[in-house]
Amino acid sequence: MCLSIPGKVKSIDGGKAIVSVGGTEYETSLQLLEDVKVDDYVLVHTGFAIQKLDEEEALETLRLFNELEESNKKEAEK
Amino acid sequence: MKYIDEFRNKDLVKNLVQKIEDIADRNVSLMEVCGGHTWAIQKFGISSLLPDQINLMSGPGCPVCVTSKRFIDQAVAYSRLDDVIITTFGDLIRVPGSSSSLEKEISKGNDVRIVYSVLDALDIARNNPDKKVVFLGIGFETTAPGTAQGIKNGAAENIKNFFVLSSHKIMPPAMGALIDEGVKIDGYIAPGHVSTITGSGIYQNIPEEYGVGCVISGFEPVDILQSIYMLLKQIKEKRYSVEIQYSRVVKPEGNTIALKTTEEVFKLRDDWWRGFGIIPKSGLGIAEKYKMFDAEKMIPVDVEETIEEKGCICGEILKGLKKPHDCKLFGKVCTSTNPVGACMVSHEGACNAYFRFSFDE
Ligand code: SF4
Repeated sequence: MCLSIPGKVKSIDGGKAIVSVGGTEYETSLQLLEDVKVDDYVLVHTGFAIQKLDEEEALETLRLFNELEESNKKEAEK
Repeated sequence: MKYIDEFRNKDLVKNLVQKIEDIADRNVSLMEVCGGHTWAIQKFGISSLLPDQINLMSGPGCPVCVTSKRFIDQAVAYSRLDDVIITTFGDLIRVPGSSSSLEKEISKGNDVRIVYSVLDALDIARNNPDKKVVFLGIGFETTAPGTAQGIKNGAAENIKNFFVLSSHKIMPPAMGALIDEGVKIDGYIAPGHVSTITGSGIYQNIPEEYGVGCVISGFEPVDILQSIYMLLKQIKEKRYSVEIQYSRVVKPEGNTIALKTTEEVFKLRDDWWRGFGIIPKSGLGIAEKYKMFDAEKMIPVDVEETIEEKGCICGEILKGLKKPHDCKLFGKVCTSTNPVGACMVSHEGACNAYFRFSFDE
């Protein structure tokens, strides 16, 4: 019940959006989140979009992981 | 799905495990206080990847598990009233009350309906004007804003037959209470989705007052391992703070609209938690302004005396003092198809997660 799932916003109609989660579409309220646009990834919890997934931050976290991998490799080579 | 596969990448997992092995130089106990983390840690077998010095504990992060039996008994009592329809998240219906459960009440023909959202409960109220529709409001900071918005929508539309029985709770007081009780915790894997709403500030007193670090974590294996690594680093460097690992979703300021909605509709009150008893200012009651939606105030009902189940050690498990297989009933008398205690019912409960993913452990 506490699980929140990320989905992609397909369309918006007033305070509601259709969000696709793994291919299934859900009607989702936008009453708790501002500035949502079509194609945004949002986190859906009990019928409400509660946050946007920040693409830059996701990439940044992955970049840090990759750096980590690089530094591990270098250490291994030493 | 975007940004899921990347966070399950095997090489990244291996690298992080190596980093953790390199830095782990003492025994540490880390606790997660989010049912989603309990589930993910068991599902992905995270504990088995870690060196022996690292003990992962589940805390009071499953909303169904910490909810009082009296709440279930009250919901059962409401369901027996002819003019009431109970609406609830599915997890709650199988939680044993003192003498019944909502599931048993359904089989007796009482009107209990599973909903996915409070908004569905509002629809049921609109479609059944001659009935009182009671929504069972449980969950932490992530779920409370939805319930609050439901009440606001009800008020805006002047829906007079919609009510909420609230057992919503907030997490930080329980995190402090655990340390106050003397449970040995060296770091908190802080809840990702609670923090999505609240931001990171709510945990500030944990490092400041208790010298215990908090890392707000995502739910994929790579997220959890990185959070563990970040906590170990804090411990090694004796530099305790609140850090956000799950930065693709959690902002330091949280979701300000959701926070405002919660603040408007609810007020803090002392609340009872399984395993803990009363924790001051840890629950959310419905504010005076919205009392016409408060089931407790508007629909009086006799509730049976609470009888706790014998042999269930859910309370100690929720405090990290015991693990599910320390319970004599685990896997024998108490199974996911025949749960004795609340911790075996919900997917977020430690007993349920252990039962499903690591029965042989
Ligand atoms: S296994 Fe069942 S009876 Fe034992 S603590 Fe868990 S929920 Fe309670």
